[in-house]
Amino acid sequence: MDYTSDNLFAQMGQWLVAPENWSGERGIPMRILEHLGYTGLTMLIALAVAVPIGLYVGHTGKGRVVIVSGIGILRALPTLGMVFLFVLLAGLGLLPPIWALVLLAVPPVLSGVYAGIASVNRDTVDAARAMGMSEAQILFRVEVPNGLPVILGGVRAAVLQVVATVAVVAYINLGGLGVFLVEGTQLRDYGRLFGGAVVIGVVAIAVDLLMALVQKFAVSPGLRAGRAPVRTQDSGRQKAVASAQGGTT
Amino acid sequence: MNHLSARRPGGRGLLGLALTGLLALTACGANDDPAAEPQETGGGGSVVVGSADFPESQIIAEIYAGALKAEGIDADTKLNIGSREIYYGAVEEGSVDIVPEYSGNLLLFVNPEAEEESAEEIIEALPAALKERSGDVNLGVLEPAEAENKDSMVVTPETAEKYGLESLVDLGKVCDQFTIASGSTFQERAYGLPGLKERYGCVPKAFQGINDGGGAVTLEALLSGEVEVVNIYTTTPSITDNNLVVLEDPENLFIAQQVVPLVNLDTVNEEARDVLNEVSSQLTTEDLLNLNREVSGEEKRNPADAAEDWLAEKGLGGA
Repeated sequence: MDYTSDNLFAQMGQWLVAPENWSGERGIPMRILEHLGYTGLTMLIALAVAVPIGLYVGHTGKGRVVIVSGIGILRALPTLGMVFLFVLLAGLGLLPPIWALVLLAVPPVLSGVYAGIASVNRDTVDAARAMGMSEAQILFRVEVPNGLPVILGGVRAAVLQVVATVAVVAYINLGGLGVFLVEGTQLRDYGRLFGGAVVIGVVAIAVDLLMALVQKFAVSPGLRAGRAPVRTQDSGRQKAVASAQGGTT
Repeated sequence: MNHLSARRPGGRGLLGLALTGLLALTACGANDDPAAEPQETGGGGSVVVGSADFPESQIIAEIYAGALKAEGIDADTKLNIGSREIYYGAVEEGSVDIVPEYSGNLLLFVNPEAEEESAEEIIEALPAALKERSGDVNLGVLEPAEAENKDSMVVTPETAEKYGLESLVDLGKVCDQFTIASGSTFQERAYGLPGLKERYGCVPKAFQGINDGGGAVTLEALLSGEVEVVNIYTTTPSITDNNLVVLEDPENLFIAQQVVPLVNLDTVNEEARDVLNEVSSQLTTEDLLNLNREVSGEEKRNPADAAEDWLAEKGLGGA
């Protein structure tokens, strides 16, 4: 498009308000929908993979070392490189780039679920067991509700990372808001480049606020009532909780 | 204990200041060393050689820098700057003095209205077009090399045989059955989809934006049959490695693209220009394809090493 100013921010503003950028298949609303669609799909797969593993490890305590080191390895993977790798291995299409994003989303979800379950006061769990609850009942009626703030903290961190990183799929034949970054860079169209970046930022903040609301209302009122947190003897667990929450709480 | 540690940062700050002072003094001492001076300034001043964000451009930039250094001219490199829109801006603002260019694309970039197509016409038209576009800066191109790297539309030998494809004219007749893959901006560029439609009546069934510069993902998409036509450069080793068919281009959709240094004429002096012209007189398309194979192929050589060997082979310096 033609800008009436050479100023970067003025161009960004003009790009953001130009009507032609807000309509059609390549317009901003369509790109936001694509962006959120990829984010949703990524999170569904990541939750399906990470939640069962997290619940198992958190409840039984088995495989903790494997999980913690595995999470560390996954976190070190560069997502853009993974996108190219999966496309080379599996071809073009929707899913190969999505798998790369799943690798990004699994670590925070997994550590959130695992640490959330592990953070529940052992006395509470023992009491439930003494009352004759089955292991499944203990997990879903005691540990999950009590660990929910930490679990949701992990999910929220994952969503924020994914929604901000989904832009990389535009490198290979997919849409989303990253298209504006790729095209803006190649054409040296700074209005498009920074306008696209601003839209991604706004979408990420909006989604994070939404997740904050979910977190607030999904947690049992008994846990929200401002009771002093119960100290456990296990300081390793406390650390795991703190790292899983990742400063988002 | 707390009291002590609270005071510590201040103490460190003072120590830091003292250390900085010492370092500054030592640095002055080093600069005073007379033996170091000819090395630092050289005979031809100091220049920065930039490159675009694909390996071939980096190789040529390393060749330029290596040849300049061999003649005692202080040359730094700033590789991988970005696409033309970005590195041209860097030359314009003066943070880069020399950048390897391709004559036709450079002309179309500085003057989107340009209609020159042959190699000679383009080189003739460039100085005026550069002046028109960037009047405040004294930009120019030096002697072009014989080496030429054009965009080209490429198909697999099977596709070529099945549809009887030899040129883009043939492609135009069956284009609506094909998916074309190229960088995302191919959709908007003059020599991209708009040009294909205008010159060959080719409107593809679909377009896939693959932004890897015609690399592994593009090749894989072509070989696996996910797309039928890809746009890759004529010096890409995978063309000969896979017997791919480069479709002829009788209507000059892809205009001449000789390798030529785009320079800031105010900072690149006569001596440096002579060095670069000597490089251009020796650089061929075949050299480029082989250099690309060394760097982008299985060998994965460092562009600087490959450039050094080429320079040594041509007697222009290097190892």
